Amino acid sequence: MAFNVIKPGILALVQDLGRHGYQHLGVTTGGPMDELAFRWANALLDNNENAAQIEITFGMLTLEAQAATSIALTGADLGATLNGCTIYPWQTYAVKKGDVLSFKQANYGLRAYLAVKGGLQVAPVLGSCATVLREKLGGVRGNGEKLQQGDIIPYQATHTHRSRSVPRLAIPDYTSLDIPLVMGYQSNYFSGLDRANFFGSEFTITPQSDRMGYRLNGRPILSNQQGIVSEGIAYGAVQIPNDGQPIVLLRDRQTIGGYPKMGCVTGFGGGLLAQKKPGDSLRFQSVSIDQAEQKRHLDLARIAQWR
Amino acid sequence: MSELFYNRPQVDLVSESACLLRFSDAVNNETADRISIVAKALRELPGIVDLIPSYTTLLTVFDADHYDRFAIVARIRQLIEQLDFDEQQLSAAREVVIPVYYGPEVGPDLDEVAQHCRLSVNEIISLHSDTSYRAYAIGFTPGFAFLGNTPEALHVPRKNTPRLKVPLGSVAIAERQTAVYPSVTPGGWQIIGRTPVTLVDWNSESLALIQGGDTVRFTPISRAEFIAQGGTLDGF
Repeated sequence: MAFNVIKPGILALVQDLGRHGYQHLGVTTGGPMDELAFRWANALLDNNENAAQIEITFGMLTLEAQAATSIALTGADLGATLNGCTIYPWQTYAVKKGDVLSFKQANYGLRAYLAVKGGLQVAPVLGSCATVLREKLGGVRGNGEKLQQGDIIPYQATHTHRSRSVPRLAIPDYTSLDIPLVMGYQSNYFSGLDRANFFGSEFTITPQSDRMGYRLNGRPILSNQQGIVSEGIAYGAVQIPNDGQPIVLLRDRQTIGGYPKMGCVTGFGGGLLAQKKPGDSLRFQSVSIDQAEQKRHLDLARIAQWR
Repeated sequence: MSELFYNRPQVDLVSESACLLRFSDAVNNETADRISIVAKALRELPGIVDLIPSYTTLLTVFDADHYDRFAIVARIRQLIEQLDFDEQQLSAAREVVIPVYYGPEVGPDLDEVAQHCRLSVNEIISLHSDTSYRAYAIGFTPGFAFLGNTPEALHVPRKNTPRLKVPLGSVAIAERQTAVYPSVTPGGWQIIGRTPVTLVDWNSESLALIQGGDTVRFTPISRAEFIAQGGTLDGF
């Protein structure tokens, strides 16, 4: 009982909520780039919150289901079809043996999440099946490879299906320019003017952006110090190298680094960012830790209550 | 700049689920000791997800979804208050011994380093292997330990152009630091030898040979010993 990968697409990765507890050995967390979309996909199927899914970036993936099951689709609209008929994200669909699920290219957003009832049955490495290419950890074979043609991704067959969809109000707005950021780390190394520039100007996402970090381009932000003694990098940290162009460090970030940091993009704010493509714009919106925490709790409570 | 040293680390929240503990501005064994002691104590605390020790800081990641953030931060502060740094000294540090073949086939930068330092190759080898190092931070790639401090006579800048591929087990130096490459990666440090020992094995219980806070020593071995212990000469 499995998905057979007919076409692997550009970048399709098995992900769960990440590999935690090994960062002191330099092992990054991995995990879903859009955590809220990932959590909703599991909620739609009443799965464990950490159940493994496929994160599909850009699209071009084709899978064949070898047994009946129920799937959920969330995140970006990558032009998905089931046996040639268009299907939409943020809801569940019944799948029969032999059904073909295809993703073309992005209509909006960049990363779609495909969950299956009960979760993908992939063996964890260091407690997680999150795929990290750079570290050769996780994924279908445990060696960090992205999905390949001919891969078999097991799941448990089921004939029960419930049609469910995410309430409209809970669906994130991927067109939003504002990415919430909590100031911290070395934010006091930047002058008032540079902080004002940082929050007041728009940045463009460059093509050198990936799961490790989003590199931005905009009015340079200068710091009073060129480098710092290397220190641990939290999820979402925005480091400003000497050229003044910010880098937002995301799921596959390195664990330590030595550039001054303005603060951290919030957990779900990083998800909004991860749905943007090279060439898209964004602005940083300063929020307090209280606000970041409240927003996260609200989103999680919404999922819990809906379940 | 004067060196700051905090009697107790400063605790600053950096996101809704992480705080950074700052111990000092000085990179030295005393700071490393304190970080090790605090990391060991925090590891036992429920709700702590990840700890990233580095030269002067300890990043502490907690599970804010299932634990109250204020309670966790208060508990971290309280735990640090209770620690007696003077009584728990270096005893905590493990010593890891790493055999190294300092040969020309596996240490292509030996001659350049010797020229830069105005020493013989043998002097470079004995300086490097007579020193006891501290693992200040692990990062860059999984299991890559930043070891300091190398003797001043051995200080040499990074290479102008980094190598695209540094072979597995390469032992390298740069400025005040030395390290062993646990996987094949690009790298700009000066390569002076190679160890036959495996540094990371995700299927083993210990996972990584060198952990943050460990003391590390290198012992020179001959070419024959290196090969007998499974070392290979390929990669360049």
